[in-house]
Amino acid sequence: MSQYKGTSDYIVSKELQDAVNVSLAIQRPLLLKGEPGTGKTLLAASIAASLNRPLLRWNVKSTTKAQEGLYLYDTVQRLNDSRFGDGNVRDIKRYIKLGKLGEAFVAPEPVVVLIDEIDKADLEFPNDLLAELDEMRFYIPETNEEIKAKHRPMVVITSNAEKELPDAFLRRCVFHFIEFPDVEMMKKIVAVHFPQIESKLLQHALNKFYELRSRTDLRKPPSTSELIDWLHALVSMGVNPKLIETEIPLVGCLIKKDEDSPKVKRSSRSAH
Amino acid sequence: MLLPFFYTLKALKIPVGTHEWLTLLEALSQNLNDASLDRFYHLARSILVKSESLFDAYDQAFLICFKGREGEFKAKEELLDWLNKIVDPNNRPAMPDIPQLSLEELRKKFLERMREQMEEHHGGSHWIGTGGTSPFGHGGAHPSGIRFGGPGGGRSAVKVAEERRFANYRNDRILDTRQFKVALKRLRKLDRVGPQDELSLEKSIDATCKNAGDIELVFEAEKKNQMELLLLMDVGGSMDPYVELMDGLFSAAHSVKHFKAFQHYYFHNCIYSKVFTDMHRRDSIPLDDIFKKYRKSTRIIVVGDACMNPYELFSPGGAIDYWEHNPTAGIEWLKRVRQQYPNTVWLNPEPQGFWDHMTIQAVKKQIPMFPLTVDGLTEAVDLLRAGNTQLA
Repeated sequence: MSQYKGTSDYIVSKELQDAVNVSLAIQRPLLLKGEPGTGKTLLAASIAASLNRPLLRWNVKSTTKAQEGLYLYDTVQRLNDSRFGDGNVRDIKRYIKLGKLGEAFVAPEPVVVLIDEIDKADLEFPNDLLAELDEMRFYIPETNEEIKAKHRPMVVITSNAEKELPDAFLRRCVFHFIEFPDVEMMKKIVAVHFPQIESKLLQHALNKFYELRSRTDLRKPPSTSELIDWLHALVSMGVNPKLIETEIPLVGCLIKKDEDSPKVKRSSRSAH
Repeated sequence: MLLPFFYTLKALKIPVGTHEWLTLLEALSQNLNDASLDRFYHLARSILVKSESLFDAYDQAFLICFKGREGEFKAKEELLDWLNKIVDPNNRPAMPDIPQLSLEELRKKFLERMREQMEEHHGGSHWIGTGGTSPFGHGGAHPSGIRFGGPGGGRSAVKVAEERRFANYRNDRILDTRQFKVALKRLRKLDRVGPQDELSLEKSIDATCKNAGDIELVFEAEKKNQMELLLLMDVGGSMDPYVELMDGLFSAAHSVKHFKAFQHYYFHNCIYSKVFTDMHRRDSIPLDDIFKKYRKSTRIIVVGDACMNPYELFSPGGAIDYWEHNPTAGIEWLKRVRQQYPNTVWLNPEPQGFWDHMTIQAVKKQIPMFPLTVDGLTEAVDLLRAGNTQLA
């Protein structure tokens, strides 16, 4: 079986790589947790690229129901057609639309399915998918048809821990918690985005960034994606690296909560 | 060797079941850990543990079971290594007086001896240890033995476990804003309210059928959370060490937007005839007004250490602030609050070990009390969620 080894645009830790391969080998969904901005969603794209499989993305929202991932029966359309006599109303199949999971099951080749931010949905949402993820098949009573996976898709699920997931669901997953990258790892990640960044600027910026991260009084500490944005801004504005030592230029890229910005300003002033 | 690990995990309250265990065995049988303890650490963790809050407990269990036993895993690694080395059997010096063993025999004997051996052995010809002519161990002389042990390079799993980097993610530690939110989000009561703008499929079909097939669309109001929550917080004095914690709970409750109504008030040590709208206790609102303003089904969360001088709770006029003359004792006011709002809980930031304090005990009798931790808040929310049916 092919193994996941990371891609050139996505830096992956050894542990995460192992977790992906375990989930591939034992064919269980991979559940990813971690701070926002640690690359949970991007991982699925990287797996798909590395294994050369298509990626199907199912973005979960607070109103999403489990059923929508399997199939939708468009009754309103059918009612409408029956009234105005459009097409063959007797053919229910015409009104069955497969969801992302359904699409993955019928795909002629193995695919990667991303169920993004599963915790956004209702508390019961994961429970409604238990059997489908276990057996990788479901039944459409309307057409008396069973949709069965031709190839078990690799399922990646991300969660921001907004809601706790049910135990029965967790039992079926391989779990990985993406830790916040340390300085060395971060340098590698930055290198992917900015291969030519000035080393002095990077060093100063990283120092400031980790200093902010280590503070406990911030409501929302900056994350990787904010660091990348900040670096991008610093580079394109041509900020002098020396300036970063004494203050935080373009602080709006890093600090997003209005309660936090006075705190940061106060401390950078007192450092003078 | 692995079964004790399973039970240690269970003993440390990690919810592992047979399902996970069989999955792990399946993964091991596919040799996904590559016979290494380091990778076993991560492999087992990703399969057995499903929350970062349990990683610390996992680290502890791992230390209990595998610390000092790294060699057993390495053994297999080196066994394979050794297999590669002896392609040419003539390479070895002849030692006719010691029986040579085949790899299978050797492995069998090795595992057998592993089970039997309870202590260190050095020298001798039987046990695993250093020196001697036993086929197992290192520093000895045996033509076809297994050498194992010795320092490994890099960060071993045991070392990673020893760092206990995940101690901060534990559930029973005092919680942060995010975890407060997770717990509070479960507090909800869905009812259909507002404009009728959601198409009800079932009712539409029903109505259409009754209408002899002429389409009739039925709309319904959306489901919305009808939960009302009041947060009453003790400020000042003995609560000062918990300011950050209170701040966390407050901002969590504030940002959980799904409550129908959310309001917060402050008090000092005990609730008397009024509560305050600001932290400095300058503007107040009489408790009677609160009673009028909020319905009986409102859920109340009181946060305070309930630790005070007994007269503040039991005597009329005992309030700690001199301008707060109270003809009715504090405990009576607490009783009234509970009577008015049967769904009231008290969260106490004091560690549970200190709860034998007289006033804490007295308050606890009036209002169900929970520690201000993730687990405590979850329990409290469960109680609030269920609601008091007799008085609803």
